[in-house]
This record gives sequence, structure tokens and C-alpha cells, in this order.
Amino acid sequence: MTDTLAAPALTANDFASENEVRWCPGCGDYAILKAVKKTLAEIGAARENTVFVSGIGCSSRFPHYVNTYGFHSIHGRAPAIATGAMLANPDLDMWIITGDGDGLSIGGNHLMHILRRNVNCQILLFNNEIYGLTKGQYSPTSHFATRSPSSPSGSLDTPIDPALFALGCGARFVARAVDTQQKQLGEILKAAYEHSGASFIEIYQNCPVFNDGVFSPFTEKASRDDFQIQVEHKKPLTYGSENNKGLISNQSQFDLKPVTIGQDGIKPEQIITHDQTNRTLAFLLAQMSGRDTPTATGVLYNASEPSYEHVVTEQVSKITARAKQRPEPARSGINDVLRQGFNWEV
Amino acid sequence: MTIVKNDDKIILIIKTKVPALLDKTKRQPLETVVVRIAGDSGDGIQVTGSQLSLANAMQGSDLATFPDYPSEVRAPVGTTYGVSAFQIHFGGRDIKTIGDEPDVLIALNPAALKTNLERLRTGGLVIIDTGAFTSRNIEKAGYEISPLEDKTLDAYKLIKTDISKQTLAAVADIGLSRKDSLRCKNFYALGLVYWLFDRQRESTYAWLQKKFAVHKNVANANIAALDAGHAFGETLEASSDLAGYSIGPAQMENGLYRLVTGAQTMAWGLAAAAELCDRKLVFASYPITPATPILHELATLKDLGVVTFQAEDEIAAACAALGASFAGALGVTSSSGPGIALKQETISLAVSVELPMVIVNTQRAGPSTGMPTKTEQSDLYQAAFGRHGESPLPVLAARSPADCFDVAIEASRIAIEYMTPVIVLSDGFIGNASEPWLIADVNDYPRFGHEQIIIPEAFAPFKRHPKTLARQWVTPGMEGLEHVLGGLEKDHVTGAIAYDPENHQKMTDIRAQKIAGISRTIPDLEPDQGDTTGDIAIVGWGSTYGPISRAVTNLRNDGKAVSHVHLRHLFPFADNQDELLDNFRIILVPELNAGQLLMMIKATGRQNLQGLSKVSGQPFMVREIEAAVDKILEKIND
Ligand code: SF4
Repeated sequence: MTDTLAAPALTANDFASENEVRWCPGCGDYAILKAVKKTLAEIGAARENTVFVSGIGCSSRFPHYVNTYGFHSIHGRAPAIATGAMLANPDLDMWIITGDGDGLSIGGNHLMHILRRNVNCQILLFNNEIYGLTKGQYSPTSHFATRSPSSPSGSLDTPIDPALFALGCGARFVARAVDTQQKQLGEILKAAYEHSGASFIEIYQNCPVFNDGVFSPFTEKASRDDFQIQVEHKKPLTYGSENNKGLISNQSQFDLKPVTIGQDGIKPEQIITHDQTNRTLAFLLAQMSGRDTPTATGVLYNASEPSYEHVVTEQVSKITARAKQRPEPARSGINDVLRQGFNWEV
Repeated sequence: MTIVKNDDKIILIIKTKVPALLDKTKRQPLETVVVRIAGDSGDGIQVTGSQLSLANAMQGSDLATFPDYPSEVRAPVGTTYGVSAFQIHFGGRDIKTIGDEPDVLIALNPAALKTNLERLRTGGLVIIDTGAFTSRNIEKAGYEISPLEDKTLDAYKLIKTDISKQTLAAVADIGLSRKDSLRCKNFYALGLVYWLFDRQRESTYAWLQKKFAVHKNVANANIAALDAGHAFGETLEASSDLAGYSIGPAQMENGLYRLVTGAQTMAWGLAAAAELCDRKLVFASYPITPATPILHELATLKDLGVVTFQAEDEIAAACAALGASFAGALGVTSSSGPGIALKQETISLAVSVELPMVIVNTQRAGPSTGMPTKTEQSDLYQAAFGRHGESPLPVLAARSPADCFDVAIEASRIAIEYMTPVIVLSDGFIGNASEPWLIADVNDYPRFGHEQIIIPEAFAPFKRHPKTLARQWVTPGMEGLEHVLGGLEKDHVTGAIAYDPENHQKMTDIRAQKIAGISRTIPDLEPDQGDTTGDIAIVGWGSTYGPISRAVTNLRNDGKAVSHVHLRHLFPFADNQDELLDNFRIILVPELNAGQLLMMIKATGRQNLQGLSKVSGQPFMVREIEAAVDKILEKIND
């Protein structure tokens, strides 16, 4: 056996770049970076084939911190740049890093279209419900009445929910994760990688500087179990510190209803089993507010459909095959095109 | 005044006060003629025009055409704003413009007459479909009394006949509905024009048979209408003193020709460029008038590996093009003025990360939505200076439909050799105008590529080619050379984020030097026509080429010391431009803007400049340029 047969497998550390990471101490971005590097090692990613494209914002510094190809582009436009890159080279492993401002404010349009087109990529939306890099203004996901330098008396905008937005745009893979929940985050990243098409992951990311603890009610150890439901495919939708809470179908309201097993005659078999291919269920899970109902995390929706590059390539093959069947010789280059149609000799 | 009646349907009126152009005995030879066909946008005017172009081309005439269609997709029938027109200038010598004013106007309804009559040369010929001159249509066009009954047409020759009725009669046997039968009337009119100028009908037969291969009766009906129109002309010949005209073939270089619009040649040029540099063409665009036909054309080339992407907006189109270049393709985006404005942030990113990219601007009348279907050259400043920060980039302009092919290739070459975005300026006129094109052979063009020597151990993304100063084009997929690009200022070698003041100064200087250095690869500027010294050099760019060129030919025939210099390279200028212009007393710069090139040449320190500005959405007339020259000559010869 010689050591030239196979390159040694890369570790998480091999995906770290030489650049000094410049996020604030305690920022949730560190945990996400760690999970991504670990995932890249686990999936056996090829560094030369892996591309991180980002926009502008704290999260968008991400490409500088991984040792792959990267493009730290302009505000909101990462999905459009990534789409172009995938059209040029459909074999790339494309990761898009964006935030709530980058992805849902200035770049909302591009996010919508990359999702509906189903370009093969992983989109990681770091949601910290605030503008970090510009120093703390409210963002499109900030709660109503958020006080910030640009909204000293409280913001008046109704927030948008990223996962609901993605589902509404026709995304075929929608998941929610929490920066500190490393195990779940890693599993979601892997599932997203394996999904062919656009995978959308909203990651609740704590910004200790400008919006500290905004997700605590459902992410802190003390309250997490009772206010967060981690969904898994084909497993019952149960949660709670004693795992005795669950979701049943509230048919009169076409909604989900949180219940406690054993109370009011609720039996375990009444609890809904998660089906990640059920889009309606995904909507219902995504719209649970986190107040009377828990916040759902995990893979809410995962239904495979051919990716955009796939259909683009397939169409070209069909057109080429059809051209070959025509009586006139198939054109092999632009010179042939120029000589088709009406022309005359002088 | 002679009135000839024939079958009660045909009336030919020749006003005796207009000198008789018409000869009963034989066709009167004409060197060139300008014909304008106008009708409702549903009348098939553009199809009629393109058939007339083809018939002319097949008979060896040179020609130039321009469609003049309304912005509204389907304006209400009979209204003035629903009028579509097509102008063609053809003849037995080289044709450079669409003609200052039409000699013949075919008006298929009152609105078409109303909106186009003013353009017609006094004494020109008007052909009218009286069948469409109903009182309702006359009123819709805004006439109080029928223009056929007052003095409106006194200054012109007139053929008026009920084209609608005769078309119905001609196609009666074919069994189409009345509505479908009436839709053949444009071909009846065309048949009449073919008779008038002795054009062959074969190319139109062939086109109709191909176009309506499935609906043979539609093909047959249109052919019947065409023949009937032609036969009507023959009866005119027999019954009046109108004998029609003859137009000889033009002297043209030998070879294979086809009719092309600028949008087609631009699209083909881009596809050819991709072949020449052996890269995939990724063309990302968002529909906008008048740029969209380039997207349409390229979308038909998917079997050649061309990728077209209709993006969600202008910004996404620019970003997708840049993303494609980042991944190793030739990324191209295209739009018109307002869309280019939206793309500018991305173009600045391309300047900053130094990736190749081609941006085609088919200019239209602005600002804002302006007049989308009208032409203008008012985006030169935007192209040269429209970004944020110090972000110079090369700007090239195409002068004619045929020229678009070469300019697209040259822009792509510069983009890739110099790792820079390049803006190509075309305009609505060039994009839509058509002319015969001596079909290019891609093999005649030099191949080009990105010259780079990469030593993996010593790789740094911003190391530069010693001559061009281009950085290396290393794309995802290339092993061991992974790196990150971004819009933050970069270290001049490693590309790492750098805020150091000296480095920023250095990068700013290098980016400028790199673009300035492109002039080395630009051939020396030479007059397109005329001597290298003289009284006046007319310096033009873009679509003003035709009118300037014709004006200079005419002026030189009159013995005037005028030369024509036409710029393809607007930024940077050719190295010898200043030296060449030094040899003229006055530099006249005609532009379809308020003087943008004028200002850019002024900025080089030149004093002896004079502008000629027109911003009406219409191209220059030859005589406007001639008049400007005459005025200058009068002054300097005083
Ligand atoms: S501002 Fe907030 S989001 Fe940005 S790096 Fe600092 S902690 Fe992280």
C-alpha cells in the first residue's frame, strides 16, 4: 500500500482558513462556522469544488474563514451570483451565506427566485433579528416594537418569518436550526447537502452585542424543552422536559394544537407523526409562533425535485437530440448559424 | 390634374404642379429610393417591411431599414399611437442611412397618414387604402374632414384605391374568414410596391410557403394578395402615365450575404467570442426594450452550448453574469439605460474583483422610462463614469448592425485578456435596423484567451501579468488554488482584505493603469473617409456613423476638406487620437445627446471643438450634418 492511492480525509481543521476570525466574542456565528467545517469534513467535501458565496453583513464574512473557494459579494446578491456560477459549472458544491437583512431585506427578491428555481445549493440564513454590521438597527425579522438606533420608539414593521417565506417561495427543503444546538445543526447541514436543489436553513443566531438573548425563550436550557419542538421525519411531534407534550391536529381550525399526553384524555397515538414531505404540515409547523405553541426546529420540509441546473442541462440535451433528427445537418458552431436562413451570393 | 378611373376602384391623381417624375413609356431609373410603410400595429407592417428588404437584397440592391413601432403592444385599432411604420432606403449604390425623408409613403389607414405624412418629401408619392378611410377611422386619427377631400395631399402624388376590398376579392376563393382575408392586405400593398420598383416576388413566395407550411391556405391567400397588388400596378401602367421605376444593383463585395439586425449580430458576436476563447457563454438578462432581441436570439442557440438566463431583475442578471465569470464562463449581461443603472453596483464589484464580464447597453431615449422605442446616445457618461468609487472600465461602441459582431468579439477579448468588465454601447437604432451583411467567418478572427502562468506554490490571486496587468483567472474546481474574492479592498498581491492606505492608493492606481494600458491593443485611429488633415474632422461614435458617412461623401464630392473619424474606443481612446485630431482646424462632434463625447474629448485639453447635438429620439438626417459643416466652413473661410 502506498500513500499516493488516496488523499487522507480532510478534518474540520483542514477547512479553516488562515484568516483571523473577526466576529465579536460570543457571537453565534462561531458555532455555525464550527458546525459547517465539521460537516464539510464529514461529507468528504473537496476543497477545490466547494464554494461559499455571501452578501454583506456580519454573517457574510464567512467565506473568508473557510479554506475553499469563496466570493464575498455585495449586499443581498449572493443568490444571483451563485446562480450564475452554477450555470457556468453545475458540478460545484455551492453554499450561500446570508443574514436576515441581506437575505430578506435588500436581497429578498433574489432569495425568492433561487428558491423557486431550485438551484442546487445550501442557503444558510443567519437570523439574529438585527442589523449587526451597521450597528444595531431593526431588521425585517425583528419583533414588532423593537427598540434600536433607527427605531428609538419601537419598530412598526411586522416581521417576516424566514421559513414561512421560503415555503411560500416554493423551496423544496426548509429547515430551522439553532447556533448552539450543534448536533441538530450538523444533521440538518448534512441533510441539506444531500438534498438536490436549493436547501434553505434558517439558523437562529444570537448577536450578544445588539440583540442578546432574543431567542432565549426557546433556546436556553431551562426553557428550551418546553418551548421548542425538534422535529424529525417519521417521528411523533412530541416535546417537553418530560417529553409528554405533543401536537395534534386541530381540525376545526385547520391548525396544530399543543396538548399534554394523558391530560383531557389525550392518547399518544393522537400525536401527529412528522412527515417531511408534507408541505401543509411544514407550513403549520413553521407558523407556530413560539408563544402558545413551541417554535419548531429541524427539517420541516424535504421533498426532492430536479434541480435547476439539471433541467437546464436536460433541455439542452433534448434540443440537441431533436436537432440531430432533422433532415438538415445539425449545426456545430456559430459559423453554421450565420449561414442558416435566407442568404444570397453576390 | 389628371384623373384616371379604372373599374371605379382605382383613382390615380397626379397633381400637375408637381414636376412629373413618372414616365409612361418606360420605367424611370432611380439611384436610390426611400419607402415608408405605415399602418395599424395589427396590419403586419414589420413583416411587410422585412419582405421588401429581402426582395431588394435578392436583387442586389444595397439597403438600410428601420422599424418604427409603438411602445404599446396592441394599441386600439385606428389610433395614431397604434401606428407601426417601417422605413427602407434601397438603391444601386452603397446605402448608409435609412434616408432623411421618404419618397413614397404607403398609408394603410388615416392614422398612419396623419402620423407619417409630415416626413414625406414634397412631391413624394402617397399610396392609400381608401377602404380604411371610413369616417370612424378618419375621426379616430384626429382629422376633422377626410384628408382625401381637402388640401392635405395637394403637394404629393397619390395612388388611392380600396386595397381592403380588392384584397377580399383576391382571396375570396381560398375560404378564409373575412377577418383573416383582410389580414392579407399588407401583402396586396407589398405587391403594388414590388410592381412600382420592379422587384421580384419569389423570395416572398418562398418565405410565405415556409412560414405557413402548416396553414397552406394562409400562405396561398397572402400570395394571391401579393399577386393581385402587383397586377393592380400593371393595370395602372396600362391605364395611366405611371410606369414605375427601375433600380439597379449596387456594387457590393463578393461573398455570401444575409440581412441582419444589430441585435442578431451582437448575439452572434458574443457566441462567436465564446467559441474563440473556448469558454461557455452565460448570457443573463432581464427583458427591456429595445435590448431584449439579443436575449431572444441567444435563447435559440442552446444546442451550441449557449446558456441564457432570464433573471428576476436587472441586478440579478448582472450578478449572474459575474457569478458565471467567477466560475470560468464568459459572463455577459445586457440591458438598456435604466437597467444598466441598476447593474452598476455589480459592475463596480467586477472592477474590484477584476473578473471579466461584458455589459451590452442598447441605449434608448431617457432619462427614466423616457421613450423606450426611440434611439439616443445619452448613456456614454453612464458607461464611462456611472459607477461609485474609482472604477474605470473600457467602453466600446458599435457603429452599425454589421459592426456589432466585431465589437462583441473585441469586447470579450478585452474583458478576458485584461480581467475587466467591458461596456458595449449599441442603441435602439442599431439594434433594430437591418442591413445586408457579408457573413463573417469565425475562423478569420484570432483566437484569444487568458494568458497566465500559474505556479501553484507561489500562487496569489492578485499577481499580475507583467504587460497587461491582468490578474490570474483561477476558477473554482482548480485544485490547490482555493481563494476568496470580495468587494472589500484587497492586498495588491495576496488578495486578502486590506485597509492599509498605501495599498488602496496602489490598487486604485493599478486598476486605472490596467484600463489605460488597453489602448496599446487598439489599432491606430484613421479617418474612415477623407484625408488625415483638413478643415474639419467630424468625430462620431455609434449609430451616427451612417448619416455622418453619407454627409462626408456628399461634402467631399463638393470639394470640401472634411474627414470622418469614427470612434469605436470611447474609453480609453486610441493612443494616436489626439495627434490625428491636431491636423484639423475644427473638430465637429455630432451626437444624439447633449454633448457627452464632446465633453470627454474636451477633457483631454482640446480647444477647437464644436458639438452638434440632437436629442429628439430620431437619428440625424444627412442634411443636418451637412448644414453644420457648411456653417463652420462659412465662418472659417470668412
Ligand atoms: S455584531 Fe452581533 S452578529 Fe455581528 S459579529 Fe458582533 S455579535 Fe456577531
